[in-house]
Amino acid sequence: MAEIPALESRRKALKCLAYGGAGTLFALAGGVLTPIELAVAGSDPKSAASLGRPLFVQISDTHIGFNKDANPDVNGTLSRTIELVNAMPEQPELIIHTGDITHLSRPAEFDLAQQMLGQLRSTELHTVPGEHDTSDATVTEYFNRFGKASANKGYYSFDHAGVHFIALVNVLNFKPGGLGTLGDEQLAWVEADLKARSASTPIVIFAHMPLWTIYEPWGWGTGDSDRLIAMVRRFGSVTMLNGHIHQIVQKVEGNITFHSARSTAYPQPLAGEGPGPSPLKVPEDQLPRMLGVTSVSVIKHPRSLALRDSTLA
Amino acid sequence: MSFTVIPMRRAPAPALRALLGAAMLAMAAVTATTNARAADAAEVDPAQIVMKDFMFAPAALSVKAGATVTWRNQDNEPHTVASDTGLFRSGALDTNESFTFKFDKPGTYHFLCTIHPYMVGTITVQ
Repeated sequence: MAEIPALESRRKALKCLAYGGAGTLFALAGGVLTPIELAVAGSDPKSAASLGRPLFVQISDTHIGFNKDANPDVNGTLSRTIELVNAMPEQPELIIHTGDITHLSRPAEFDLAQQMLGQLRSTELHTVPGEHDTSDATVTEYFNRFGKASANKGYYSFDHAGVHFIALVNVLNFKPGGLGTLGDEQLAWVEADLKARSASTPIVIFAHMPLWTIYEPWGWGTGDSDRLIAMVRRFGSVTMLNGHIHQIVQKVEGNITFHSARSTAYPQPLAGEGPGPSPLKVPEDQLPRMLGVTSVSVIKHPRSLALRDSTLA
Repeated sequence: MSFTVIPMRRAPAPALRALLGAAMLAMAAVTATTNARAADAAEVDPAQIVMKDFMFAPAALSVKAGATVTWRNQDNEPHTVASDTGLFRSGALDTNESFTFKFDKPGTYHFLCTIHPYMVGTITVQ
């Protein structure tokens, strides 16, 4: 499916991912969605343009309401992210927020986040909830604001520019000790949603928690995602996006690219470092770069798997 | 298994205790939230579970029927406490915030943190 030029572009883009920034731009290049580091895209419009036209920007883990040492100004870093996106020479038509919009699911946090995200020039915002957005006792604050697209189910799909997008929820109905869960009802809905689509339709699936297992002891994965993956194997180009772990980790499996976005708020430790995924405190001058703490997988070939964790000095 | 010892606190107002008891079964979640907010001012039975380093400690606790259990978050990351049957569910607890629930009936109650579902624990009510 992917041709050599697209692979070359992707390899370059993946190298770019190793350097700082606060969001991820996806461009459609040769039918393959390619992530481009936002800071690079902003500073070098030519390189971004050569990869294709901007399709959407993924923002994740804004954690509005967080006020601890790791970043006492999450509003400021979100504002800078918004400025970066708004400064892009060609505006992406869509913004996808992959959850943890707020830190504590409190109404004032949601209100502020919506107000800030409303400053994006791209007005079409698609969201999925993170577990921090559904941590109110009644699990209503997120759905009161963002439930309309899905009749309060949280999962929905739409088409844009020939790409089929599917938004999924994997932060509800947790089982004790378990990973994220999609559940029978949602998976049946996905199966029906995909049934009539041709294998040549590019598919983008986004959810908050990783749709493949990155680190089970911290719940960094989705327990029943193998059933989802089986449903999309017939498609020629599938991109699965998530947030949750506040660092970039990428994997390619056949025609499926898995991509974990950074947070705009604070970094988290690499898998297994420390007692749990706590906010990571770093010297202030390093924070912008640590929001770019990166785990990059450089793809040698579309059929090979490559997963590598690395920190940026 | 380790138990956390907490100092004795003042007794709750009788009216509050009556209200909590009456509303417990019908409106567990709402009552529990109210109860959590009242926890700092009210007496609770000395049964406390702390949330620290992404663990409940103790992870297993035995209490007598009628006992009130308090969960207190000592991490720099929010946690929640939720029964696997839906009997009780806290909102997000930020650092040093707490949640309480009164266990009236004997039985075994499993709970988890809905933000970090690998954090689990059990209350045995005798």
